[in-house]
Amino acid sequence: MSAILPPSERLWWKQPIAGVEWAWIAIAFVWGMIMFGMMLYWHIYGKQNLSNEVYKTKPEMFAAKAEKFIAENTIRTEKGLNGEEIPVAKIPPGGDGYLIARLWNWHPILELEAGKEVKIHLSSMDYNHGFSLQPVNINIQVIPGYEHVVKMTPIKAGTYAIVCNEYCGIGHHAMLGRIYVK
Amino acid sequence: MATTYRTCPISGLQFENHAEKLMRWNAVAGVLWLLVGGITALLVILTRWPAIKLLPADQFYTILTAHGIDMLILWILFFEMAVLYFASSTLLRCRLATPKVAWLGFWLMVVGGIMTNVAIYQGSSSVMFTSYVPMQAAPHFYLGIILVAVGALLGTAVFFGTLVVARKDKTYTGSLPLVVFGALTAAIIATFTILAGAGILVPTFFWSVGLIKEIDAQLYRMVWWGLGHSSQQINVAAHVSIWYLIAAVVLGAKPLSEKVSRGAFLLYILFLQLASAHHLLSDPGMSAEWKVLNTSYFMYFAVMASMIHGFTVPGAVEAAQRRKGFTNGLFEWLRKAPWGNPVFSGMFISLVSFGFLGGISGVVLGTEQINMLMHNTFYVPGHFHTTVVTGTTLAFMAITYLLVPVLFRREMMFPKLCQIQPYLFGISMSILGLVMMGAGTLGVSRRHWDMAFSGAPFQYEWPGAAYLMMGLTGIFGVIAVIGGGLWIFLVVWSLLFGKKLDGGKVSDKPTPIPANPIAQAASHSGSNEHVNVPGTVVLAGLLFVCFVLYYFVNWKYLSEVWLLS
Repeated sequence: MSAILPPSERLWWKQPIAGVEWAWIAIAFVWGMIMFGMMLYWHIYGKQNLSNEVYKTKPEMFAAKAEKFIAENTIRTEKGLNGEEIPVAKIPPGGDGYLIARLWNWHPILELEAGKEVKIHLSSMDYNHGFSLQPVNINIQVIPGYEHVVKMTPIKAGTYAIVCNEYCGIGHHAMLGRIYVK
Repeated sequence: MATTYRTCPISGLQFENHAEKLMRWNAVAGVLWLLVGGITALLVILTRWPAIKLLPADQFYTILTAHGIDMLILWILFFEMAVLYFASSTLLRCRLATPKVAWLGFWLMVVGGIMTNVAIYQGSSSVMFTSYVPMQAAPHFYLGIILVAVGALLGTAVFFGTLVVARKDKTYTGSLPLVVFGALTAAIIATFTILAGAGILVPTFFWSVGLIKEIDAQLYRMVWWGLGHSSQQINVAAHVSIWYLIAAVVLGAKPLSEKVSRGAFLLYILFLQLASAHHLLSDPGMSAEWKVLNTSYFMYFAVMASMIHGFTVPGAVEAAQRRKGFTNGLFEWLRKAPWGNPVFSGMFISLVSFGFLGGISGVVLGTEQINMLMHNTFYVPGHFHTTVVTGTTLAFMAITYLLVPVLFRREMMFPKLCQIQPYLFGISMSILGLVMMGAGTLGVSRRHWDMAFSGAPFQYEWPGAAYLMMGLTGIFGVIAVIGGGLWIFLVVWSLLFGKKLDGGKVSDKPTPIPANPIAQAASHSGSNEHVNVPGTVVLAGLLFVCFVLYYFVNWKYLSEVWLLS
């Protein structure tokens, strides 16, 4: 009779379902399958899939590897706000680079080559951070204790910003990093 | 405990004394939290509006944390407790099981809510609604949420107990009404949700007082979202039930098919919790297989359920209207619907906004690879302001226009303003959601104090369109706050000064729902007679076309970014 009273037909589960409802259910089901299939399709044929290569780590272990990378690959330095030197480390095509997320900066500045794939190792020294590459708009969660190895191929030369988009405290809005693509 | 039953002369609903008091107190507490949440909403909006930027960073993050907790947990949970007691005791016309336990639950929620708010406003717990470890809040921040959860669990247990009472006292015959079945769905999901919440917040509380040394940051995110997302599924089940309830009360609508609607609720119970995984799509700690399996909510069965409700609710409205003789063309039933009745208009705006904006954006956001375009951007709050706010909150507002006279026995004051309010709030909040999603599509971050990055070592200038979107967010946010504030004003004013209404006959015994004799069922107009719903078919088709287009547009966006593997 109504949705707030018990069903008027006691054997409501034996009532037939109208054709139009069946049709809608079928459409919803098939559409769900298509969306499911799209994710699989993209894993096989798509060019933008988030890497599964992840290692458990510790902040000090990751920092040591990153410092070694910076020491070996720094090509120049830039001056920060307070005159501090920020290294610019070039990741050789096909090579590995490290990016530290910490309160409240991305370290170091990275330099890549357009069209050349590199592996960027991401991890956090403290809280959760968010790797938000702009204006490309790729967003990846960065979590302490996990080293995430993401293969990236920049498609256009330019200067890119890494915005932190996971709230990490009072200096969160100033946590801006940089990637150069030559 | 001795109790009495009152039959409301307006609606014919029967209220048991204890249940009635509990519903009133829970609803009023909910409204007060909405008031606190609304003030924080205004402060958040005025800070994120780049032209105004009202608060300093520390206060902004404090207020934003409070906004999340007060709206998503406190306002909604208190109101949902009232909904659960209504759906059990009132709709089944029986006494409420163990009212003392229900009161204990209520006071635990009150104490917990205040405790968490104190922790937040002390300034030591600006950790956001999600409180991701290892960022640490004060111990009483977590303890307060735990108390709220225990209180809600007690309320849920009282709901289950009341269903047993109704069955034992034979106050109804046959199966549960559909709305009660929907509320049962919400309660079952709530039980799972609260257990997941305990599973993470209890250890986190111990960690905050130093008894546990470390909590894995990824594990926290996974278990926490078992609470964080599932609690939104309680809201979906609750507000879909309210849609059916409003359609039934205002228009006498009956479900197109009991089997289909109940089946869709069942799909929620079986699959919705897995939806929590879509918060972790851009996380390092889960494999792609895990993400695909879980985010497809096991192949989108839960999405399918929502699409079914999205068809059957307007379908039930259309069928009811056509039975009344509004049969011309495709949409006479819709044009001649009671648009001046805020109960109906609020419900219908809630339905449309939740389907077209919240639903579609949610599924797109929850697609494994596409998530990388939107994760943690302003798109995310844009999405959930069109689910939890225009969906759940607006549905709760709409049903309140019915509850004030029926439950609180007061006439709503300022009927003209009541008529306007659902449009003002629903439309401005929908536009707010859209422009937030627009800003997010351009990359603007959520939970971010300054899009100009003052004090950063480098410069980055967002596109002008992003500033435009954020300006519009400010404007429509303020309008939405006015719309929400208007509702609080109307409700509180009517409760205090509205004309008192006759409470109706009071009796010591419940009057059971009359059994439905088979002869009556057969002769009842419409019980077996099939009514076509071509208007709903067109609306559903429109939803589907928007859905498909928007879904593939986002794959196109994704294909243009840097290559990732």
